[in-house]
Parts: sequence; C-alpha cells; structure tokens
Amino acid sequence: MENSRTYTYYPGCSLQATAHAYDESMQAVNKQLGLTFNEIDDWNCCGATEYFSVDALPAYSLVARNLSLAVQSNGSQDLVAPCSACFLNLRKTNDYMSKYKDLNSQVNQALAAGGLSYEAGALNVRHLLDVVIEDVGLEQIKTKVTKPLSGIKVAPYYGCLIVRPETGYNTEYPTHLDELMVTLGADVVDFPMKTHCCGGHMTQISEETAYELIRRLLQNASDYGADAIVTLCPMCQLNLDAYQNEVNRMFGTNFHIPVLFFTQLMGIAFGLSENALGLGSEIIPAGPALAKIGTVDEQKTRERPKRRDKKALPMPSMDSGGNE
Amino acid sequence: MVDYKQYHPAWGDRSPVIIGFLCNWCSYRAADLAGTSRFGYPATLRDIRIMCTGRLDPTFVIKALREGADGVLVMGCHPGQCHYEEGNFKAMRRVALLRRTLSQLGVHPDRVQLGWASAAQGIIFTETVKEMTEKIAKLGPLKWHDNNHDASPHLPPLPEKEATHG
Amino acid sequence: MSEEEKIGVYICHCGHNIAGTVDVEGVAEWAKSLPNVTVSKDYKFMCSSLGQELIEEDIAEQGLSRVVVAACSPHMHEPTFRGACSRAGLNPYLFEMANIREHASWVHQDDGEAATEKAKSIVSGAVSRARELEPLEPFRAPIDETTLVVGGGIAGINTALEIANAGYKVILVEREPSIGGHMAQFDKTFPTLDCSACILTPKMFDVGNHPNIELMTYSEVEQVDGYVGNFTVRIRKKARMIDVDLCTGCGDCWERCPAKVVDTVYEAGLGYRTAVYRPFPQAVPKYPVIDTESCIYFKNGRCRACEKFCPTDAIKFDQEDEIIVTSVGNIVLATGYDLFDSRRLPQYGYGRLANVFTSLEFERMTNASGPTDGKVLLRDGVTEPKSVAILHCIGSRDKNTNDYCSAICCMAALKFAHLVKEKTDAEVYNFYIDMRTAPKDYETFYNRLMQEGTHFIRGRAAEVTDAARKPEEVGKLIVQAEDTLIGKQRRIPVDMVILMAGMQPRHDSQEVSHRFGIGCSDAGFFNESHPKLDPIATMNAGIFIAGVCQGPKDIPASVSQGAAAASRVLSLIGKGEVEIEPVRAHIDEDRCSGCRICNNLCPYNAIDFLEDLAVSRVNPALCKGCGTCVAACPSQVIDGQHYTFNSIMSQIEGLLWDVRPNGEEKVTFQKTEPV
Repeated sequence: MENSRTYTYYPGCSLQATAHAYDESMQAVNKQLGLTFNEIDDWNCCGATEYFSVDALPAYSLVARNLSLAVQSNGSQDLVAPCSACFLNLRKTNDYMSKYKDLNSQVNQALAAGGLSYEAGALNVRHLLDVVIEDVGLEQIKTKVTKPLSGIKVAPYYGCLIVRPETGYNTEYPTHLDELMVTLGADVVDFPMKTHCCGGHMTQISEETAYELIRRLLQNASDYGADAIVTLCPMCQLNLDAYQNEVNRMFGTNFHIPVLFFTQLMGIAFGLSENALGLGSEIIPAGPALAKIGTVDEQKTRERPKRRDKKALPMPSMDSGGNE
Repeated sequence: MVDYKQYHPAWGDRSPVIIGFLCNWCSYRAADLAGTSRFGYPATLRDIRIMCTGRLDPTFVIKALREGADGVLVMGCHPGQCHYEEGNFKAMRRVALLRRTLSQLGVHPDRVQLGWASAAQGIIFTETVKEMTEKIAKLGPLKWHDNNHDASPHLPPLPEKEATHG
Repeated sequence: MSEEEKIGVYICHCGHNIAGTVDVEGVAEWAKSLPNVTVSKDYKFMCSSLGQELIEEDIAEQGLSRVVVAACSPHMHEPTFRGACSRAGLNPYLFEMANIREHASWVHQDDGEAATEKAKSIVSGAVSRARELEPLEPFRAPIDETTLVVGGGIAGINTALEIANAGYKVILVEREPSIGGHMAQFDKTFPTLDCSACILTPKMFDVGNHPNIELMTYSEVEQVDGYVGNFTVRIRKKARMIDVDLCTGCGDCWERCPAKVVDTVYEAGLGYRTAVYRPFPQAVPKYPVIDTESCIYFKNGRCRACEKFCPTDAIKFDQEDEIIVTSVGNIVLATGYDLFDSRRLPQYGYGRLANVFTSLEFERMTNASGPTDGKVLLRDGVTEPKSVAILHCIGSRDKNTNDYCSAICCMAALKFAHLVKEKTDAEVYNFYIDMRTAPKDYETFYNRLMQEGTHFIRGRAAEVTDAARKPEEVGKLIVQAEDTLIGKQRRIPVDMVILMAGMQPRHDSQEVSHRFGIGCSDAGFFNESHPKLDPIATMNAGIFIAGVCQGPKDIPASVSQGAAAASRVLSLIGKGEVEIEPVRAHIDEDRCSGCRICNNLCPYNAIDFLEDLAVSRVNPALCKGCGTCVAACPSQVIDGQHYTFNSIMSQIEGLLWDVRPNGEEKVTFQKTEPV
C-alpha cells in the first residue's frame, strides 16, 4: 500500500525555462512515487543569488511573500522547492525570521503593506531530494526500479546550496544523493568536489573565474572516471552543461560529460520513456553515457579479487563508518 | 524589578510566585550550576529540595497553590537517568493526573509543570524557569480563594499523550 | 512542642558573593521577626572558623534548638555546619541550610531588590522547615576493605597499585584481553620523549603479580547494588576459550592460526592479528583469547589448528562466560576514552583517501613493535613521505562534533612532528586553531619544534582532497586552509595527512554511569562531585573517578587522579566504618492497612509484607530514601525521615510568607492522627 503524499510547491523560475527537463522528469517521477505538489498561487521570484547582497530587507520580504502565500494556500506545512537557490532563500528566510526578532518584525511590516503576514517557522521548507529520500524512502524507491542503472558511473554533484541552514545532512560531505544513486543501481564514483562552487552567476560577470571553477569540477569527475554528472540544482546543471564546450575551448580540454538531474535518472530506472523525462534537451548529449546502462562491466567480472599486498597497510573500513 | 503588568494587568506591583520541587541529584544541582555559572533567570522561583521527584506528594502542589503560589514547577532527572531508577516516571504519572484534576477545578493545567535537567544542564534549568515564568505571567495571578481562579470555558484540553503517558 | 523551639538564623555575606547583591543585614534584621527565631545575625564568612564558633557559642549560651544558615548550596557547606552543631551538642539533623547564593544572589545579580526579597523567602522557608526537623542518627556500617577498579589503563593501573601497596585487596576489571589501555599503544610520550612501553610495562607487570590485586581481564561489570562500604557487584568474565591454568603463553597457537583480521583495537586498524591472539607482546596477563567472531572453527566448524598445536592442551572451545558476584567497599571508575571517529568528517578523507591517517594509527606506525616496525610509511607500506600535514582539532572545538578541547592533541601533534623529522626528511605542516601547551615544560617543547623547522599554519583545515588544480598538486593530497595570520587561503600539497582525532567519552558511558549511579555530562564524561575541590569523587558516595572518563587529560594528569582516587579510598577504609545519611522511609505499622501499594513501587525491593501482621515494613539496609513510597501511601503512614510530610508542608508555608491569603485562618493538610 502506498500513501499518496501532498506538499505545497514552489517551482521557481528556472523550472519553467532552462531546467524544464527537471520539471518534466520530476512530474513523471512524482506520479510513480505518489507525490502530489500543489503550486502556490501567484508566487514571485526568490531573489536568486544576487539580490540578498544588494539589499537585504527587500530580498527577505520578497521571499517572505511566497511563504505567506504558501500558508494561505492552506495546504501541507511542508513547502517543497526543487531548485537549490529557491530552497536556500526560502529556508534561510524562514530560519532567520525565527531567529532574529528585528528581521521578523521588519519583514512583517513590509508584508503588511500588501495585506500579508507570515509567522516565522510556520512552514518547513524542504528540497525535493530530501522529500524523495526521507518521505518516500530508499526502500520504497528500490521497489520501483525496473531497469537498474548498472554499468553507468555517475558523479553525484550537490552544489553548495542544499545543506544549509542545517538540514540534518552532512554539510561538508553529504552522501544522500550517493545513496539514492546506489539504490537505482548506478555505480557511484567518489567525487571530492561534490559541494564545490559551479561558478553561479560568475559566468555573466567574469568568464575566466567561472570557467576555471567549472573546469575543476569536470576535471575531477573525469579523473574519477564518471560517465555522467548527476545534480539537483538547475544552476549547477546549466553551468556545467551549457559552458562545457566553452571550457574545452578556453583550456584546450576535451570533456564530454553529460550533466543530468537526479529525477531523470530515477525516471530511467523506473522504466519511463526518455521523452517524458526531458532527455535530449541537454547540450552535451547523454546518449553515449546512457547507452552503458545494462552493459555488464566486463573488466569488473574478469578482475580477480586482489590478493593482499603483504607490505600494504590495511585501509580503514567504511562499513561501520561514523559511530553516531 | 520586572514589571509584570505588561503580561497581565492583574499583577499590579507584584511578581508571579512559583514553588519549585527540585530533586537532589539532577535539577537541584542544575540550579546550583546555573548559580555558579551566573546564568540569570527571573526571581520568581522559590525552590524546595526533595531527594527525588518520586517523593512529590500531590498534596504539596495543592498546598502551594492554595497558600498563594501562582504555579508549581517540578523538576527531576531526565527520564531513564533517575538516581533512584524510576522515581521520575512516577512523578510523570502523578503530575499528569494532578494537572487533569486541577483543570477540572478551574486551575489552568499550565500552572503545574514538570521538567528535566541533568546536573550538567544549568542552562536548561534557567530556560525552563524563564519559560514557566512567562507562561504564568500571561495567565495572571491564581487567586485560589476567589473561587473562580482561571475559570474559563476555553481551558485547553490536556493532550491525550500526556494523560495516558507512563 | 514546636512552639518552644529556639531557632538561630545566620546570614552569610560570602564576601561580596551574597552581600554584593542581597541586603544581608536587612534580611538578618527581618528574620528576627519570624516565629521562634531567638537569634539572627549576619557575618562575613559563616564557613570560617569564627563563623562556626558563632553558631557553637549561641547554641551553648542561648540554648538554640535549631540552626539555619543562609549561605551557599547545601552540597557545598551542609557538612561544615552540621559539624559545628554537632560540636556544640546539637543533633546535626536539626540544622537547615538556606541556599541564597547559587539560588539567589548569583542568579539575580542585576536586581538586588528582587534577590533580597527572594532571600527572605528562602530563609523563611528554611526557618519553617527547621521547626519541624527531628533529631536523627546516621546509620553506621562496616566498610568492606576490597576495592573494585574498573579499567586497566594507566589511571586504573595506578589506582590499583596505590591501594594494593597499602595492603588492601583490589579487583581490577578490564574489558580488553590485556591491561595497558591507550598508553600501551604509544611509542613515545610528550614532552620528554620517554619510551611509553619502558615506563608502562613494569607497572603492568606489578599489577599482574601483585598478591593484593585480583586481575580480571576480558571482563565487564554488569550490575552494581548496595551503598558505600558495602557494594555487591556482578562481573561477567567473558570466555577466553583458553584454560589459563594450563596456558604458558608460548605463542604456538597464534603462530599457527590461519584467520587473519584487521586489529581495530590495539593496532588501531593499521595492522593485522590472528583470531586467537594476544594484543601485544608485553600483554598482562600473557594468555591469549580466541575472538569467536573471526575464528574459522566457530564460523564453520573446522580448523582447530590452535588446539592441535597447543603443547599444554589449554585451548577449550566449550568454555563459557563466568559470572562472579562479589562484595567491595569502594569503586574507582577509570574507563578511559574512545578516539573520535574521523569518518564522521568525510571532508578530511579518512577512509576515502589512502594516505590520510588518524593520530592513533600514526602512534602505531611509529611504534617499533607496530605494523611498520616504527618506519613512517604511506599506506602502500613502502614509500616514505616527503611531506606530512598534521591537522589539529579533528572532532574537537567544533560545534558539529565535540565542542570541547581534547587537551592532549596539540602536544601529541608536536611529538608527531618531531618523530617525522627524526625518522624521515619530510617537511611537516601543522594546521592549528590555537596552540595549547600549558603544563610544565610543554611550551619548551613547542619552542624546540619551531626551532626544528616544523611549519605552523594557523588555520583550521577546510578539506583534504586529491582534486589537483595545478601540476605540482597532481598525485598529492592537498590540504586547504585559511592561514589566519596572513589572511589568505593556502593549499599545501603533501604525501601524508595525520588527523589529530579528539578524545570522546566511551560509546557506552551514559549506560555505565547509570549502572554505577553517577552523573554524566551532556558529552558523556562522568561528573565529579565538585569541579574544583573534588574532581575525584562522584555524587554516589564510595564511587570515584580517575583519568579521561572524567574529562580529557594527559598521562601525568591521569596518573595523579588515579593516585588521588586511591588515597580517597584508603582514607575511607582507614575509618573502618561508613556513616550513611539516615534519610530513609519508615512505616508506622500500627496504622498500616496492609494494602501493599508501596511494595511494588519500591525500585530496590526494600519493602517487605509481613504476612502474619498484615503490614508492610521497610528494610533500612536496602532503602535509599527516594520517598516514592512515602508519596504513594494512601493512609499516609509512611514517612520519609528528614523529608517528612510536615517539614515540607511547613517549608511551603514559610516560602510563601508574603503571599499567603490575608486574614485567612491557617489551613494545613494535617496528617491523620493515630487512632
């Protein structure tokens, strides 16, 4: 028996534009998982990454308007945002308004001008990935997998935004997307730069800075043998995908690493059609990487278990990792 | 002196009075630690040291309320950490029943509260006294002998969980 | 009778501690108006000998029958003033303490008026309660001269030896197969660079051969009952699968054992051991144990190689755990610490990146009897590093893990830097938040290391990564940190990283603290009786603590605390008997209805039902005085001595002196009078 779960939903602007593939694949996966998202009526921009640095109070008030409208919708107290920037701004505003009384009263003063108000902490702002992993659960997801992603090596890329403010996941080195990918049957490579900056809006300000940041990520994924990068943030996806050829040109590299949303890979594992998942709209084609799915890694089967090198010191076991 | 009129006009010039029952091993020491650490809290609590919250005779609470206290705070060791194994579980049941009885008498159940602080948790003790003081301040003076105390048709029902707990 | 009591009230200034906030003279003057108060005085320091003499004189001259001192917490000076009363011939249980320092002046420093009013209430409550106090005699019980020491690290070893050398029996219980603790894993000790084994082994040997020490290794204390002087403990001696009477410790068994597993305890995961093993050559006792989880015979029923090769037939596969129940008079806990698990901070790469090591792994590596024979090598076991980074404060001073300082890591890091320099040509980089080298001669060692050319970078490392940005970083581990002295981000490529993992309470310390009836801090370190003046005793009389189980500390501090605990135990044994507070429940059998409600409530089964008399009776030896039965008795015929119904009711009245209903006739809940 599956319970259908209902959430209040804030899509954010990118899901209707550059990240429509995220939107489409999310809708398709939601159906499979029994998730219903009720979109907030008349929502506005979250302020993205820049506005908070320009003028904080209007920025918080702008976000708080969305929170206020979300409460008015009388739906679930869980407000879901699939875009990491939207998630951070909504969560940060909710959190800071609870923590700082002055900010709370100023923002509410601003909201009052529009006949609105927001009681800090009334909502629980959550990222889509958190809902999928915590509420649906990996066990449930596993039962939906009809086409395991065996054979494809993915680098899980979290970006810098989704583990703040305190979400309960490891801030410095999260692993929940890794676990989801393992559940889908994919081969997950260690990706030490999993929370490093994708360049954000620096692509518009300083190409040199941004492209170097993107190059590092691509280089690291390539060093670890990833066939694809999987992400959960429209900005990360855009930067790594759309500027990959520019990076190749600037640095003389030759990266061809497709960058996909985790919902797209979930859809594939659930056996959904590529069309329904927005595949094909990426700039670096995912075809060659996806073609590896289902191929048995011959290398791996032929390799005999390595004999212990008599001199080598044992590696620490990660099985019992973390005593808390 | 804090002006409690801002919470409820009936306070006039006086402050809320809360009688505390603190267990010797955890919460009394938490209060001592709050002192040595100079964690300030409202001067509303007048505490009594008992060996264990299990010693709390419900008549003590009634006595305190009818002798003029506006609230009673019972604090013990954390559940599972009782110096006498399980005295605090007994206090949990007794206080839950007492709160129900008091609310039937027209006394707001929030006037009697149960809390936990280990000997190392001076800050939790401090916070508990602050919260309790604010609650009592908002409720206003008890006036046990006026017969109508908190009498109001809007007394909140006790949560199910608490009534059946332990 | 209470109308005739003469009560003396003494308000202490405690220097400025109380008098700085509370109007002590005012309170003393006011207290004169309280019923039965014949004397009321204030004095600078009541706990001074002059202050105590004041009380003694007044008892003698004024015939005081009750004494109230308003000063600090009773946990501080109740024994002091009870002593004064006693000396003047007044029963010490007729003394009452009013805590106007911790519970008034110190917490209401910004509002002297409120603090003074509160102090009045506290004094009034104490006077009312004092009126109802009854004289009591403490119970006296003989003290069992045997002491239980739990934990065989350096702190426990030292405690056991001190007590045993004084001529008393000690039972030393250790969870692992050998005593020695963490110190046995080290090669050198800071700052003297003494050989750890050289100074520890003789002590271990002494423990193993001491006629007064009964050593129980591979054992755990499961249950503790009783009270100071008279504890009963239940110890589980886990099956070693070795008959120690036959075993000679020759080593034929482990040399033939085909099951090799990583030794995560003694070798800290850096080396291997067999399924039948002795943790290290100097182990005490010398007998091995069989680890049944990795033994091939226990897994699939075949092998028995050790049994075949044992020359004395000492292998006993059918051995079972043994339960020992014994009595002891005092208990010293010296259970030590767990190393912080560096895998909780994956950004530093431990477990992911081969050449990231923990501090304990590095200790084993530099140890001559360790997995690399003392050579500093990378994980491949061959290559010597050319550069080493030492990261301080891993799992210390970090609100995400442990917010306290682990106290030893700065010095251990300096020791490591020195050892790396001594054994290799490598450059060494220390990444630190603050260097903390306070105790004697430690700063000198720090200066010496700076002279030796170790690099010190003031900045907590952000991450350790193998993601290279520049050609010179390829194939290296890069440590990224903000150098806060120059205000810049730095990336230092190195071959090896050592994580200075912090000290944590044992994973089961909460459980253990509850088993022994002592308190535990939020972090999990055992609570001492007083942080300054009694860091050795606990709130449970007769139970003492020593070493890191009380808080992070180095070897000399652990040794000192172990000796201190021993001296506390010896002074109790020397007295010959213990005095126990007479706070006990008592049933008035004439009025007991025999309903038996109290019988099942008692957590210590201290209440017996006497079938022939149809009444319940409290066994005072088992009763601990919690008072649960007192509060539950429907006939109100159980009374808690010193916390009687009347004394508490009276204290409530006293505390509420200023808000009690005006003109209303005094209403008290009187206990039903005997028929």
